[in-house]
Amino acid sequence: MIKSLNTEDTLENAGLTDEEQQLFSNARPQAYEPYPIKAVEDFANWARANSLWILAFGTGCGAIELRPLMTARFDASRFGVAGRPTPRQSSVFVIGGYASVKTLKRIIRSYEQMQGPKFIICLGICPVNGGMYFDSYNTVNQFDQYLPVDLYITGCMPRPEVLVAGIMELQKKIKAGECNGANRYVENFDWYKANQKKVIKNWDMPDYNW
Amino acid sequence: MIIEDFDFWLGKAGYFSLTLLIVTFYGLLVGAFIDRTIAKVQGRIGIPYRQPFINILKNFFKRTAISHGVMFYLGPVFRIAGGIGTLAFIPVLYGSEMFSNFSMAGDLFLVIYFMFFGQLGMALGAGESGHPYAAIGIARGLSQMTAYEVPFVLAVISIVIQYDTLSITQIVAAQQGGWQNWTVVTNWVATLAAMLAFLGMMGYSPFDIFLAPQEIPIGPPTEFHSAYLGLMQLNRALFGATKLVLFMNLFFGGATSWPELMIKTLLIYMVAIVVGVAFPRFRVDQGIRFFFKIPTLIGIMSIVYVQMMLVA
Repeated sequence: MIKSLNTEDTLENAGLTDEEQQLFSNARPQAYEPYPIKAVEDFANWARANSLWILAFGTGCGAIELRPLMTARFDASRFGVAGRPTPRQSSVFVIGGYASVKTLKRIIRSYEQMQGPKFIICLGICPVNGGMYFDSYNTVNQFDQYLPVDLYITGCMPRPEVLVAGIMELQKKIKAGECNGANRYVENFDWYKANQKKVIKNWDMPDYNW
Repeated sequence: MIIEDFDFWLGKAGYFSLTLLIVTFYGLLVGAFIDRTIAKVQGRIGIPYRQPFINILKNFFKRTAISHGVMFYLGPVFRIAGGIGTLAFIPVLYGSEMFSNFSMAGDLFLVIYFMFFGQLGMALGAGESGHPYAAIGIARGLSQMTAYEVPFVLAVISIVIQYDTLSITQIVAAQQGGWQNWTVVTNWVATLAAMLAFLGMMGYSPFDIFLAPQEIPIGPPTEFHSAYLGLMQLNRALFGATKLVLFMNLFFGGATSWPELMIKTLLIYMVAIVVGVAFPRFRVDQGIRFFFKIPTLIGIMSIVYVQMMLVA
């Protein structure tokens, strides 16, 4: 991304040193409109729903439930689900259970590098209200204060069947055009950033990771 | 005179566009079939047949794309140019005016050159993405390519000596009249060397060291996304099918109809798949040493063999 010179839509990048400021983009993310013709948007949504690539980033204990998805017993590839080792190519981020503050920083970094439209599934009870870690000093209790969530699958731990059911539910929502997490994130960008910086004390990355 | 020529070339270009469409479609379909075959080996059901098409559509429908520079844009473009260029000079169906593309005297050398071109463009593009895994992937991919090109080119030299021509159409023509005339029978040594090189060319296990999903997350395309990735997936199908057609033409008697082409290319593809599902991945040094040992020796032997055959 090229550095934005327009002062109105630039980010401060206050966490970076002067030298690092030159290396990172300071442009703000932008919200994206759907295609003007409804049939095209519906077709695009159908394609997006039937080709969900999950980012291979295990963020908590729930990540163990992601592995069996690809094996013979559950075989999520039937539904167009595939694992992707790089955030650039993935469209679904599964938050596997609790998110510690240390991991949250990496989650934000990875999420912002994903290309929209992108979706977040929260697995387990911990991202909803903290679960058994509700009074822990280093986990966040409500995950949707930090990143926009499209679907919750609660339980401790939900089994892979439920995850498959959740993915199919997400597909229905995408086809209906209800999953606009990436746009919500951009529209409420300052609120999300303030919340993120409240818990992440050592903010040493750009305000938006292009 | 000029206008007549223009019509001729316009017709050729039209026919080639049709070939391009069919071969790409076939490549995507056969990719899904192979994925399902591998899934069956692992006890899974596997992806639906439409999955490769949906994946490409999805990537083109992505709302955002970022760039790392001019070469980053050009990488996938060079890659697909390499794929289209390779197909352009391979006669797809023997004896068909429509599907013989721009085949001419000496096209075999051009094809081998074009096969290299796409990879080099990709190397430059992925290099500019700046991701360390991409750089490692390129280093691995290019060194493996250098290694498998040795037995492949030796095998090609052998059949060029055998048929005394550099034209793929004439090589196919020399193999007509029954399976006993195919190169796999008349010059089985060269075919063996080329098929070993083919394993490295297709990039399945044990030679998938440049993608290596579990150690250098998918290697060169790590930073490519959205339409860039869509273009690369399209090329993967096209280039894969093109290589199969080339091997079929050089060693397995070519094809005179589409069903014959499909059966033959599928069986050739199966060689890479059977080896792929049975063997784990090589280390980098093992993969490269492999090609410089037995396959290269077989390649040299094939030239000796064809000389002896010509003398006798």
